[in-house]
Parts: sequence; C-alpha cells; structure tokens
Amino acid sequence: MNDAIVLSTLRKTIVMKSLLSMAFAAAACAAPADAAEYASLPGGVFASVLPADANSADVKVAAFRLRREPVTNAEFLAFVRAHADWRRDRTASVFAEPRYLAHWAAADALGADAKPDQPVTQVSWFAAQAFCASEGARLPSWSEWEFAAAADTTRTDARSDPAWRAAILNWYAKPSTQPLANTGGIANLYGVRNLHGLVWEWVDDFNALLVASDSRDQNDPDRLRFCGAGALNLRDRDNYAVLMRIAMLSSLKAANTTTNLGFRCAKDGAGEGR
Amino acid sequence: MKRSFVLFTVAASLALGASGCSRSGANSADAPATTSAAGSQHGDFGPPQGEPIHAALTSPPQVPPPTHRDKPAKVIIDLEVIEKEMPISEGVTYTFWTFGGTVPGSFIRVRQGDTVELHLKNNPNNKMPHNIDLHGVTGPGGGAASTFTAPGHESQFTFKALNQGIYVYHCATAPVGMHVANGMYGLILVEPPEGLPAVDHEYYVMQGDFYTTGKYREKGLQPFDMERAIDEKPTYVLFNGSEGALTGDKALTAKTNETVRLFVGNGGPNLVSSFHVIGEIFDRVQQEGGTHPQENVQTTLIPAGGAAIVQFHTEVPGSYVLVDHSIFRAFNKGALAILKVDGAENKAIYSGKEVDSVYLGDRSNPNLAAVTQATSAATKGKLTLEDQIKAGQQLFTGTCSVCHQANGEGLPGVFPPLAKSSLIAEDPKRTVQILLHGLNGKIVVNGKEYNSVMPPMNQLNDDEMANILTYVLNSWGNAGGRITTEEVAKARTTPASPAPAGEH
Repeated sequence: MNDAIVLSTLRKTIVMKSLLSMAFAAAACAAPADAAEYASLPGGVFASVLPADANSADVKVAAFRLRREPVTNAEFLAFVRAHADWRRDRTASVFAEPRYLAHWAAADALGADAKPDQPVTQVSWFAAQAFCASEGARLPSWSEWEFAAAADTTRTDARSDPAWRAAILNWYAKPSTQPLANTGGIANLYGVRNLHGLVWEWVDDFNALLVASDSRDQNDPDRLRFCGAGALNLRDRDNYAVLMRIAMLSSLKAANTTTNLGFRCAKDGAGEGR
Repeated sequence: MKRSFVLFTVAASLALGASGCSRSGANSADAPATTSAAGSQHGDFGPPQGEPIHAALTSPPQVPPPTHRDKPAKVIIDLEVIEKEMPISEGVTYTFWTFGGTVPGSFIRVRQGDTVELHLKNNPNNKMPHNIDLHGVTGPGGGAASTFTAPGHESQFTFKALNQGIYVYHCATAPVGMHVANGMYGLILVEPPEGLPAVDHEYYVMQGDFYTTGKYREKGLQPFDMERAIDEKPTYVLFNGSEGALTGDKALTAKTNETVRLFVGNGGPNLVSSFHVIGEIFDRVQQEGGTHPQENVQTTLIPAGGAAIVQFHTEVPGSYVLVDHSIFRAFNKGALAILKVDGAENKAIYSGKEVDSVYLGDRSNPNLAAVTQATSAATKGKLTLEDQIKAGQQLFTGTCSVCHQANGEGLPGVFPPLAKSSLIAEDPKRTVQILLHGLNGKIVVNGKEYNSVMPPMNQLNDDEMANILTYVLNSWGNAGGRITTEEVAKARTTPASPAPAGEH
C-alpha cells in the first residue's frame, strides 16, 4: 500500500478523532483531575531540527506550560477510573490497539508490572490526548517538546554539547529489557524532568513531522524512510539524537502503543507555573 | 588463552600462506554460467503456483538448502527485529539491532520469479522503529517505506524477485548509518531458475564495521560512537558480528576435495572489504553478486551494501584464514575467520615445510648445535679438529657460502673458488688476514683472474674465524691444516700486513 496515502488518510482520521476526543474532553472538564505540576517556559525563536520552511527558518514557539514529569501509572489509573470509557476493556480499537495498557494487572488495577510512579506507557495518542484534556491541557507540539528538551540544567540550548547528545544516545543503546525507572530525577533549567532517558513521548502533531504543513517545498513525505534522505533534509545532520525521536514518532499511528511510549501534557500561555 | 591459540594459528597460517601457494586453476565443473535471459524483464515467470511456502531462514554461517523448485511459488518470510546485548569481543558487549537475533540477520533463500510476502515484526521490547530495504526488490525504497514499523507492530509487503543473485538487505530507518552500524543487515539469495550447481558446503559470511566509544577490546558494554562512525574510524571490523564468531570451535569446516561456496556480504556501513582467504584461490567469483563469474581470483572487492559468491575447491588440509586484506583490520580490528579443512595431506600439491635451512647471508640461524659444541669443548680445553670442522661448516653456510658457494666452487669470474685453491695452498695462514681485513683488487686463483671486493668479516669472533678457516682448509681438496683461536686473536691485534705479492 502506498504509504503517502496512508499518511494523508491518517491525518484526516486524526482530525476527525481529535474532534471526538475533544468531545470526550468537554465531558471530562466537569471534573478536572488533580492539578499537576506545570513549568512555565518562555518560548522564543528556536532552531528546530525540522525547520519551519524546510530550509533554514527558525521555529517560533509561544510561551507555554509543560508538565514537569511524564504522566505516571497512578495518574493514568485515576483518569481511567474517572473516565471508564478509557478502560482498556471498553476502549474501541480505533482509539487504542489491543496492547493498550496490557501491562496492567486489570482494566482498573496496576499490578506488579506497572508501578504507581513509573511513567504510564502502552497508551495510544487518543488516550493521551483525552487524559490531557481531562486536566484542561493538551499534548505539546513537537516544537514545544523540542524547545523544552534542548535545555540541560544550566543552558536553554545544550544541543551543541557532545555530552548532551551522548547522554541521549546512550539511552537509545540500552535494550529495554529492564523495568522503567520512576519519574523524577534531575530537572532541567525550566524545572522539567525526564525529557530524555526514560520514555518516548507522544506529541500532538506526531503524524505531521514528516509532512510540511505548507507543501510549497519539495519534501517527500517518505524522506526519513530511505537511505540518506533524512540526512539531506535535516538541519543538523550530526544531531542523530533528536532525529531518532522524530523517526520513532513518525513510525506510529494514533491508536498504537509501545512499551516505551508515554506522554506529558502542555497548556497555552505562561501561566503561573503552578 | 583461547584467543592466543587463535592468534598463533592465524600467524602460522599466514606464514604458510606467504610461503607460496600454487595450485590448479578452476576445476572443470566451474564453467561460467551462461544466462541468456538476464535482467528483470526476464524474471517474471507468471503467478505463483501451489500452496504458499514458509521460507526456512537460517542463522549465520548456515545457508538454507536449495529451493529445488522449477515453478514460481509464493514464499512467506517472517523476520523479527530484536534489539539485544551480545558479545562483540571477549568480555565486551554491544547493543546490536538485529534481523532475527543475529548479526548478520537471517539468510533468506528464494528462487527467481517467486512472489515473496515479507512480514517484518518489531519486537515489543524494542526501543526503535525499524524497516527493511532489500536490494533484491524492484520498487521504491526496496520495501523500506512499506515496512516502517513501530515497536510491538508488524508490517507486510509483497514483491516479485525478478533478478537472480545475492543481495544485501538492511534497515533504512533514520539514522540509517546507525541502524546499519548496529548490525541491521543480512543477505537474500535469489536462485537462478535452474538453481545453483551443487557444492559440498555453502556458508554465510558477512563483514561489518563497528564503532564503540571504548577502544578495541576495552571491556564492558560499549555504546555506539556516532563521531567515530561519521569519521569512518571503526573500533571493530568483523565477520558475522563478533570477534571469534568463526574461529576456534565455531570455525567453518570442510574436508579435502570438496567444493565450498561462500556467500560473502558486506553490511558496512562504511568500509569496503578486500575479501581474501589465505592459502586459497577462488576458482570462481561472482563479483558484486553478478551473474557472470570471474575465475582464479585471489582477493575480491566487496562494496558496502554489496555481496559476492565465491567458490573454491579444497586440496590441502589445514586452517584457511578469511580476512579483509586491508590487513590491519584483520589483526587489529577482528576481521578474520577460519575455515578448517580436514583430510589427508596432498604433498604433491603442497609439501609442507621441506627444508629448514640457514637463511644465507645472516648469522641469525638458530641451528648451530655444532658451534655450541665447539665453544663448549674449547672452554674445557678439549677442542678437536673434528669439532672445529663441524662448527666451521655451519658457520660457513651462514656467512661464506652465499658468495663462495656451499661446495666452495665460487662463481666464475666473480667470486674466487676456495676448493683446491691455489691462493690458499700458497699461504694457508694468509686466510686469517683475508678474513680480518677483506681482500680488494686483482688476484689470480687457479689460473683465473678475479677483480672484486670481499669485505672484512671482523664481525666474527676469534673462535668462529678459526673454525671456519679450519673447515675450509680441510675441505674440497685443500691440503688440510688448522687455524687456532689464538692465531686469530693475535692477528686481530696486529695491524693489517702490507699487500702481499699477487695484489697490485
């Protein structure tokens, strides 16, 4: 099957599902989840590895708030209990594939393979989005996530530091046969934790990362899938570390789940950083 | 200790290989394949017939058996991507990304014209998305886009194998170089419709270069080093994914008088292989996997992302070392493997070591027992004429015979004879002076004129000179006599005597 068609079909699907999810969210808003901790990020003009015009333009990131830590099993359990539609035994397969929350002991219980403070994984994009909506938030965009993740403990943009890159690549090199660590640990400059080295994270526009929003350019939607193609188009061809996250996200469909894929939520505006 | 044994074997084999390998050329069974209908336009034999077949995949170095089919079939291939930590060298591990749990990945064998349904499964415990680009596929990306698969998922696509040959497959997910460097490659054989000629052994060997943050053989789990990969400076260059994958107990095996076919691939990601088997000559090579073979090849170049089929016949038992003849890779980065051939010796083709003699012109010969005996006897004051002659003979072989010849005849017009020498007969004791100071200019020996230069031999000690000269005086029809150590010692302390008569 032609994959470009799959992608564009998928995009349409997601727009549709997003509307559906928003409907869920609207219902959920009546009972907001416990206020999670969000950090305030100033935003700014940012050199994304995926330039805005496919050439070199910087990406503008507006001020936003981002969850300090990925959503945990405990938090997601609370969500599922409050929104039974998202129990694994009640969620339609178009919103989450059969592996959705399969590592939990039961549809409403965590069990030995899902510790409360571990990041929740095996969640679909739809489920993640619904969760964020339940606390009046949304999934971050790729640019927002990338902006936050470029920082280390002292710098807003540590990406040119080989040590920053090496730390990420080292995580990639570890087989994921060990149980996930708990959330927490060292916060970056913005007070955000676990952006690297714990789990992959859903972003709102994961499926658009390969497709420029404006198709003036010559971008081939499959460019990351062929030999060398990614290297031609990405701004910083040494920056494999970020590229690999994009490659991972672009392999997904919205109903997919994987054992290493979790999420965190974002909100518009600077807020109070609560 | 296993390693040192291996290295020793390798060194020995190298020495053997270097000392000359002449053997018959291609055997008659290896006539070039003539394929009139080459190319993809001639590879479609119609729709698949019969029930779909699940292809038997094999782990390296094994190759699946021939398909033995004469009709196109639908062949189903299940290939699972597994990310796993495995040894790359002794005490060193690396997180490999694999097709089927091995590096290189499972060997796939189909027949030209087959319709191949490929299922790519990405193990749920994997971190990365993966896909597969098979060089034997006709179509965009070689299947890459159609098989882009997240962890815990499966993709499927179908292609018709239009071109026969041996093809590399690899992961083409960004960053492609890293996926390949982590071991994501293998071979798919598309048999010609008539199959390949029967041989006694088929093996699967694939070279790859690896980039670790730690040095060669630095212990522990070694992460991938992107900088080294971009600089194309590998820590390891390996056959079948780990040092020792094909040595010792895991060596390839054959018997004498057998035909061996190797499917040799090169995954890269960076290096081109100069593939060579020490002590063998490839009777037949399908270079770059092409259809028309080259014959009588010593070393064949295998590009990164390419493969060759090499074939040879075994005549002589022993260990044959497979190397990348960019030779530092073999001895400093791991690129070697062993083919162990068992069977009866064939001395007519390869004798083994026939002569272990002194290397002329040098005193480094270790076989100087008689010299030792003479020295020992001299210390005890029991040195006999016989001891001196025996010791002198061995020293003569090492020092003098290169010019004066072992039989003392010299070379006419260049090096004067010592046998029945008129010059020696005139004044036997003068030989001491000649040895100490050399001899320069015109002389007449046995009626013939010589005008040459003999350098002083004063690197020899007094014992050695005395023994050599005594040997000469008592050989080849010379009159006999004896030169003692004391005579030489005395002469050495005396300034060179003026040129005697006979010299200008």
